[in-house]
Parts: sequence; C-alpha cells; structure tokens
Amino acid sequence: MSFSLGLPWVSNGRTTVSGLISKVIPFSCVDGPGNRFVIFLQGCNFNCKNCHNPQTINFCNHCGDCVEQCPSEALSLNDGKISWNSRQCESCDQCLDICPVNSSPMVEEKTVEELLQQIRVASPFIDGITLSGGEATVQLKFVKAFFTAVKNDSALNHLTCLIDSNGYLPLSAWKSVLPVMDGAMIDLKAMDADLHKWLTGRDNFRVFQTIEYLASVSKLIEVRLLIIPNINDTAEEKMAVKDYLSSLNTNINIKVNAFSNKAVKGEAIDWLSLSEEKKALYLQSINR
Amino acid sequence: MSYQQALRQIVNDSRLNTQQKARYLSLQAESMLDCPRWSEGAQELLDSGVVCDMFEGNAPFKPRYVMPDYEKALKKGSDYLELEAPEDLDEAINFLLILFNHVPSVTGMPVFVGRLDKLLMPFVNDGISDDQLKKKIKLMWQMIDRTLPDAFLHANIGPEDNRVARAILSVDGELEQVVPNLTLRYDPEITSDGLLNQAIENISKTNKPHIANEALNVADFKALGDYQGYGIASCYNCLPLAGGAHTLVRMNLLKAAQQSEGSEQDFLERVIPEISEKMYEIIQARVNYLVNDSGFYKESFLVRERFIDPNRFTAMFGVFGMAEAVNHLLGVEAEKGYGHTIEAKEFAIRITEKLAAIVESTKLENCWHSRALFHSQSGISIDAATSAGCRIPYGVEPSTLEHILTVIPHHRHFTAGVSDIFPIDETIKNNPQALATICKGAIAQGLRMFTVNVANNDLVRVTGYMVRRSDIKKHKEEGSRINSTVFGAEAAENCGILDRKSRVISNEFQPWVAMGE
Ligand code: SF4
Ligand code: SF4
Repeated sequence: MSFSLGLPWVSNGRTTVSGLISKVIPFSCVDGPGNRFVIFLQGCNFNCKNCHNPQTINFCNHCGDCVEQCPSEALSLNDGKISWNSRQCESCDQCLDICPVNSSPMVEEKTVEELLQQIRVASPFIDGITLSGGEATVQLKFVKAFFTAVKNDSALNHLTCLIDSNGYLPLSAWKSVLPVMDGAMIDLKAMDADLHKWLTGRDNFRVFQTIEYLASVSKLIEVRLLIIPNINDTAEEKMAVKDYLSSLNTNINIKVNAFSNKAVKGEAIDWLSLSEEKKALYLQSINR
Repeated sequence: MSYQQALRQIVNDSRLNTQQKARYLSLQAESMLDCPRWSEGAQELLDSGVVCDMFEGNAPFKPRYVMPDYEKALKKGSDYLELEAPEDLDEAINFLLILFNHVPSVTGMPVFVGRLDKLLMPFVNDGISDDQLKKKIKLMWQMIDRTLPDAFLHANIGPEDNRVARAILSVDGELEQVVPNLTLRYDPEITSDGLLNQAIENISKTNKPHIANEALNVADFKALGDYQGYGIASCYNCLPLAGGAHTLVRMNLLKAAQQSEGSEQDFLERVIPEISEKMYEIIQARVNYLVNDSGFYKESFLVRERFIDPNRFTAMFGVFGMAEAVNHLLGVEAEKGYGHTIEAKEFAIRITEKLAAIVESTKLENCWHSRALFHSQSGISIDAATSAGCRIPYGVEPSTLEHILTVIPHHRHFTAGVSDIFPIDETIKNNPQALATICKGAIAQGLRMFTVNVANNDLVRVTGYMVRRSDIKKHKEEGSRINSTVFGAEAAENCGILDRKSRVISNEFQPWVAMGE
C-alpha cells in the first residue's frame, strides 16, 4: 500500500530523516505508562543549573578536543567530523568531562528506519515509545517523521508515542505534532517566572501554555516536578504549584522527582539533595 | 569418616533441629548402602561431579516428586486416612491438609500441593463471603507454612480467574511467607487481565508468584499423550499429574565442556553423547531400584487408592551451567560471552537442541512413555562456578530485553521445566503495568516460565524457591557463619542461609555438611 500524508520527508513509505541520538534504552518503566522504548535526543533549549545530563545540552561542533582524552582510542576526527567507535569505547565518560561545550562525541546520527528496526525487536514486550532528551522537540522534524513512520507501520502502530518535554515548544508546533503523538509528559521547574528564568535560562510562560493546551486536548499524560530543597520547595512555590495543578484536569498524573546533587555541574553541586521522606511529604502537601 | 562418626556428627550438630537431624540421619543411613548397579565409568562421572545425583541417596525408597490427583481424592475420600469425601469448604481444606502430610517426595515433604483454586472452587458458594474465604485461606496458608516448612512445597493457581485464586493471591501477598512456593498458570485466552495484574502487583512486592506459560505446557504434555493434566512442583518442575518423577540426575555442562578437546564438533558429537549414555545408566539404575526393590509403588496407599499411577512417573534429565560451558568452549569472559553475543547465543541453542534430541530418542524402562523429560535444572547451593540451567550468570546479565531474547529459544525444549530469573529494578514498583507487558510479551514469544526478582524485596528467590532477606539478616546478627563462595555477594547471603538453623529450610538441595568442613 502506498501511503503519503503529503509530508516532505515521507516518500514511497520510506523516510530518510535522521536524528541525533544520545542513547536508546529498550525497556524503561519510568518514562511514561507501562514498559517503554526510550530514545534520548541530543540538544536542549534550556540551560538548567540542575541538569543531570549536561552533555546532552548542545550539539557537537567537532572541535576534536575530546579525541586526545580518550584512553581507548575510540574517538577520531575524520574530514573535520568526530567519529566514535562504540565497540572500542569503555564508557569511562572522560570525553564528556572535557568537552568545552556540554556535548558528547558519542551522539549518533540514526535514521528513522534504523530506529524502527530496533523497535521491531522490542515491540512484543513494550507498551510504547518515549522520545526524551535533552529536549526532544528541539529536533521536531525528526520527531514528526519518526512518529509518523511508527503510526504507518502496521506491526508497530499499537505502540503509544509519547514525548518527554520541558514544555518550551510553541503551541503552533505542538499542534503540528499532535496527529501522530499520543501524549506528553511535561516538566514544570518553577512557578515563579524569575525563579524559572534563573534556574533554566528561559521564562515559563510557554510552559504554562503547553500544559494548559495539552490538557485541553487530553494529551497531557503527566506533569513532573523536580524538587530542589530551599530553591523551589518554598511555601509560596508549593502553594502556587498546588493551586495551578488543581486548576487542571484531575486525572493527570503528577510526579515528584527528587533533586540529587550527584552528576550535576557548577553551583548545583552545593545544593542539597531531596530525601525520599521529604519527597513523600512534598507530594502529600500538594495533593489535590 | 567412620559410620559411627558420621552419624554422631549429625546427632550433635547444634545447627539442626530435631526433625532435620532425623532427616539427615536417614539420608546418611541410605548413603551407607551399596550403590545401585552402574558402570565404573558412570561412577567416575559422579565422583568428578560431571554428573550430579542430587543427593537422592543410593537406595531410593520414594519417588523424587509425587504429583497426586488431589481432585480424585477429594471426590472419593480415602480409606487409608479414614476420611470420607469432604462436603464443604472446611472439610475440603482439612482433608487436603491431612493428605499433604502423607505425600512423600525427595524432601520427605510434599513438593506439590495441587491446583488449589481448581480443587477448592467446587466447595465455594455464595454463602461464603470474600472475607470468610480469605480467612480460611489464610489459616490454610499458615498451617502449610508452619507444619510443612519446606521452600520447595509448591501450589498452583489459574489459568481461570476465580474467587479462590484471587483470595490466594491476596493472602499470599499479605503474609509474605516462604512457603508455599506459588505459580500462576497463565493463558492469555483464559486468564483475565485482572487476575494477572493482581499477580503482577504481588510480584512487585514479594517476587511471588511465578507465571507459567499454560498453553505451552498443556500443548507439550498433550503431545506426549496419555494426558491427565500436569502440575508445577518444587523448583521448577513441570510433571504429569497423577504421577510425578522417579528421579532427577543432572549434567554439569561446564565440567562436560572441560572434557572436550575444545571444538564444537567434539563437544556435541562425542562428549555429550558419551556422558549422556552414562547418565542414563545412573537414571535407569535408580528407577529400577525404586520400581523393583524398595517397593514404594506396591505399598503406598496413594497408589492403592489410585491418587497416583506408577506408570505415570517420568525421570528427569537435567542440565545446568550452560553459560559457563559456552564461554569455556568459546574461550571468552562471562561479560563477553553467553547473553552478550549472537555467536554464544546460537552455540548454546545448538547444545540444547543436541541434548533435547538425545532425551527424546533414548529409551528408559519403567518410565512414562519409556523416556525421560528434559529439564533445565535451577541450581543448588553448592554450585560455585556454574549458573543454573540456561541462565545468564549473576552480575553479567544484559538488558532485560536481551536476557529474555537469549533464553526464549531454549524454553520450548524443557518440557519438565526451566526457571530463568529476571532481575528487575525497584522502580518497577511504581509501574506494575510495565512488568505485566514484559510478562505477556515474553509468554507470547514462547517463554515457558516468567520469574522475577525485584531488587530489595524482603522475599527473594535463590534458585527458584524463596528465602527472606530479613531472616538472613537475623541469622547474621546472631553470628552465624556466612558462606561467601557462591554466586557473588548477595546470592551468597541467600545461599548462606541454607547452612544455618532455620525453621523453614530447603530440603531438596541441602546436603548435610559436617561442621568445620
Ligand atoms: S567514554 Fe569517551 S573517552 Fe571514554 S572510552 Fe568512550 S569515547 Fe573514549
Ligand atoms: S564532543 Fe565536545 S570536545 Fe568532542 S568534538 Fe564535539 S564539541 Fe569537541
């Protein structure tokens, strides 16, 4: 059957769009409902002080600085492009530590079809696919092509297609991905605009827009709160979160994640981690 | 050690309680008898550990696994036990609890207590509320655990969804007892999602029950012929109902591989057939002794009252240490071997296929269908350098997806059971649906048995049966010796408990070892 939505990246049912992928995990039980295949896309439009994976923020500029640092000669610079030999790599992460621009030489360019092949192997055992990041929507063209291909594949179209996002994508762009997206999990980093800007580098107006819009079209799966002691767990923040969440549809899942100062860089190293007990208390206090 | 000394050491071993002493004395006495008749070559394999006789003793006087037709017993009552056929639920439970105490096995206790929901449902009516039913099951569960404290005692439920199955899952999840071991027989065509989900919730909390592939087991046993049902016993054996298994002998595939010149050809075409032939001598000798000499099948009331049929007893041909054998023959480290490469995966499948073909074509006298059934043996506490059955070694498991894909092709061959334990991260507790999806997918793809160890649950599986982490801790605080030689640190703790004085023990795999040895 030939099938075309008239989209530029789809021709004869085959797609040539590719994405920059930092990691793929076949089974995850923390990235949406059920068991999910998760694809982590490189690149982020926030610059969070508390980022746990800073190496996913920027795109590699092929400066080659990391090549020398690799103890197992897994990296090389060919024709001005970095290349990574996964079989030689010992996962020591030294290249990540040295990269001056918060990127990674281990990001791979993968075509939609390559990813579909991996998903076919996992498909009997999963409920769906989650695109995460970085910020998945930074590669929106890829996201749309990929989900379209899943939905057009009769062996895969039972899988739900979800996006894990910081919510910064403008509404018009959400509308364009909606036909092939089953839902999204959105991070809400702070209620106060200044605090949000200080924490992430961007203001939170579009995040609210995203949350409200996705809720209105029943595509908001989950709102995620990353709670950092003494920073976004103040009484005012808590109250504002509670009020805001209760204005939304009640069957939206709220997930509280605890900040941990391990694996962060910069000033966040000195911030306190949130204990499991405090996390439970927080969740209780915002309970709608 | 003289006979006198050996017996006296057991009598004076302060780690054992009275019943355990009695049991070990009997085992010791049995081992003092001359061996059944097999060749010197076969004895050499036993002595060097290439073949393991599972400490069944030299003169077996009871079958290894007995799978009574409890349904028939409930219908007929028992002359020997002087019990009429029960007429209501209390009588039925009481009847079964009495009968269980008279069902022997290798452990001296029953290893199969029946498909309890199927057995009890005819006695459940609308006059019994859910709470009343739960209370009765709870008392039954306590009675079984406290009077038959053996971790290999195994109950089955499913595939049908019914009130008893639900009550059992509810009670089992609440009590978190080691005994009974429990299996939900799952068939997507029959079992409701509600019942499966209840089982999955339990697993995420207590690692119980196992989920068995009902359709695959039924198809395999029907294909063998003379089908009267099957049951899942002990750890982890699928056997004909109203029969059982005379004996289980197992091959250490690593030690077998070490006897090979190293080529695949030599291992598959020379070593495996040679060892199998001697293993069959041992199996046949044991079966013959049990059938012809010690007389269980002549004197037992279970036979007389037709709760078991001597002609429905098979013998189990077991293997273990697949991962180590493959890695040895390919000359690779565990991290880069079985479970991690296509080459190792395919080689392992060829080994299993070879063995399965031998089991299928080798004749055995006095056995159901004149043959043995193939079994992936789940390991015992003394297996230091080898993994259970076809398992990927602890500590080097790949992702759960690769793990499942590696073992699935083996499962269809192990008619008499296989248990692969998939270690799963604690985060699954917040998302049991994920576990249900993996389970359904794996079973649809041909997995025979789905068993999970969720990190940090109190109840954990050792080789297929359960122990309690809190018990281990208690024993540790009381200053007991810890066996640190087995399967890495955590499993070592788990296995270590087997050496200590404990109310619940795991008789099947527990050879008595003199203090200080
Ligand atoms: S993680 Fe980076 S530095 Fe380390 S071995 Fe791999 S490529 Fe080289
Ligand atoms: S990963 Fe970083 S250091 Fe390496 S080439 Fe790219 S930008 Fe340079």
